[in-house]
Amino acid sequence: MAAHNTVATSNARKQVAAGGWLWGAVRRNGAGYLFLAPWLIGFFCLTLGPALVSLYLSFTNYDLLTTPEFVGMQNYVRMATADPKFIASIRVTLLYVALSVPLKLAFALAVAMVLNRGMRGLPFYRAIFYLPSLLGTSVAIAVLWRQLFAADGMVNSLLAQFGVEGPSWISNPNYSLYTLVVLSVWQFGSPMIIFLAGLRQIPVDMYEAASLDGASPARQFFRITLPLLSPVIFFNVVIQTIEAFKAFTPAFIISGGSGGPINSTLFYTLYLYQEAFSYFRMGYASALAWVLVVLIAVFTAFSFLTTKYWVHYDD
Amino acid sequence: MATTIQLNKIEKRYEAHIVIPGIDLEIKPGAFTVFVGPSGCGKSTLLRMIAGLESISGGELMIDGVRVNDVAAAKRGIAMVFQSYALYPHMSVYKNLAFGLETAGYKRDEIDRRVRAAAETLQIKDYLPRKPKALSGGQRQRVAIGRSIVRDPKIFLFDEPLSNLDAELRVQMRVEITKLHERLGNTMIYVTHDQVEAMTMADQIVVLRAGQVMQAGSPLELYNAPVDQFVAGFIGSPKMNFVPVQIADATGVLLDGQRIETGQVLEGPVGTPLTMGIRPEHISVSDGTGQAIGEARVELVEHLGVSTVLHARLAVGAETLIVVLPGQQPCRSGDVVSLRTDPGLCHLFAADGRALRN
Repeated sequence: MAAHNTVATSNARKQVAAGGWLWGAVRRNGAGYLFLAPWLIGFFCLTLGPALVSLYLSFTNYDLLTTPEFVGMQNYVRMATADPKFIASIRVTLLYVALSVPLKLAFALAVAMVLNRGMRGLPFYRAIFYLPSLLGTSVAIAVLWRQLFAADGMVNSLLAQFGVEGPSWISNPNYSLYTLVVLSVWQFGSPMIIFLAGLRQIPVDMYEAASLDGASPARQFFRITLPLLSPVIFFNVVIQTIEAFKAFTPAFIISGGSGGPINSTLFYTLYLYQEAFSYFRMGYASALAWVLVVLIAVFTAFSFLTTKYWVHYDD
Repeated sequence: MATTIQLNKIEKRYEAHIVIPGIDLEIKPGAFTVFVGPSGCGKSTLLRMIAGLESISGGELMIDGVRVNDVAAAKRGIAMVFQSYALYPHMSVYKNLAFGLETAGYKRDEIDRRVRAAAETLQIKDYLPRKPKALSGGQRQRVAIGRSIVRDPKIFLFDEPLSNLDAELRVQMRVEITKLHERLGNTMIYVTHDQVEAMTMADQIVVLRAGQVMQAGSPLELYNAPVDQFVAGFIGSPKMNFVPVQIADATGVLLDGQRIETGQVLEGPVGTPLTMGIRPEHISVSDGTGQAIGEARVELVEHLGVSTVLHARLAVGAETLIVVLPGQQPCRSGDVVSLRTDPGLCHLFAADGRALRN
């Protein structure tokens, strides 16, 4: 009995000590936790919490009105075997990623190289070129884009000046996706700024040594600029690819939310949105969201695995 | 056959700002020429103009009698070693050495032969597979030199190549570059702000100031007969002491009221202010020979082993002189010493800095 009491007292002391330590830590670092609180609340309530709930919902049938019904892997099986729109949205999204990311990065790099030549008014041009990136994902710009590429839009009016009768870019399934690619490329400002910063880091001596060796500008670009810029290229590729996978607003506005014509602009996120908020299949939409997460994670992991072959870090 | 370089009224302007107002200079075939001068004097700019990395605003640059102002850098037959080494960090040492040869379209066998020969010469054979980041500063510098010699250029240019190395390595690389020059016999131009490098390596030193050549000549010419006070102060370490004097008579000056026989005929009225330059190693202490300068109190003693350096303040006039005495001297701070010099080794400068000579 005495031994039992001793153990109980010891445990109680430990609990008091642990509680005291916790309270002491809170008292010592209270101000720090207070400053962290907005982010912590946001992270747990608005990011981690909903993400875990959506993971659970992806294994259910849920229409927002009734209690979620657990269905196991059924949503994922349906996706893989009985959903042609899922396959169509994957195809459209991959095509969009494959076209828009390289084109946008190539354009951004080209403009950054021009700006890196030490021209006058560089801050002005940098701001002007960056502007579309600030506006690009807005609804207003998507609406403007729709007007520009409509059958009677400005692009066709311009082509008409040269005697060319342009198609209805947006309502023709052969062209509609490409108008969205052009819109994406137009938002090259963000990667351009990063490229410009990267180009500034390459010592001029390298180019001078190469020019003394007789290397042409093209050889200097491929043998010096690209390898030395590879960490920045890698960063931009990963970020822009993730952005492209997540693209939604332009397709939503330009297709009126349908992903048409004939699913030609049915981005993955747009299809996910339709399933969630048009058909109220929240369980299936959650499963779609988690597949996108896995897709992006696989791509990112693959990108990191390839870095040893093409990304050159100085240290 | 080594190459001659001739600069005829070479100018460099950046819009209205004149960096080099017009330089005339001839660099003899096979000479090791050092451009030396303080920061901002235009020595690197001049080197880069010769390399073709900077445009020439005026005048003519001739290489072996051919005007090359508008010839591309790669076509001038020049190789350059940069202060930062400018090695390509993503390439192995082998690839760094081979880059220029690949660009020039050499065959693989020839590239391999040249790269290995250069690596052998510079003792960097073991480092060929490594990336530059895996090399020390001295090894990187060797690779940078190797990259220049594989192309077998007519002219080598060095832009402060040893600045990033520690003192010991600098001495070692100095010797290696000098030996390389002796072995190859090419015309070489070397830029530095370190006059010791200039004195030890050069056949010809060109002292530059504000874009102008102040004096060009052999190291000993510049040491023994500087044309002005700037060159006199720049060449020699520790630098020359300068003390104000006045003309006392036809051949003597007054230093703090004491007449010093100069051994040269002085023009100008008695009392004309001049500057006397005395090298620290030309001053002795109380040994009874030479001309007395005056009594001085020792403020600081530096024992270098091979020599003893005194910082001594003259009792009259309060000028501080630096004195280098041979060997290990038993001097201490606070000692009063009698300073003497050989007037024949002293230099006199007019008020505008020009050296006075008979």
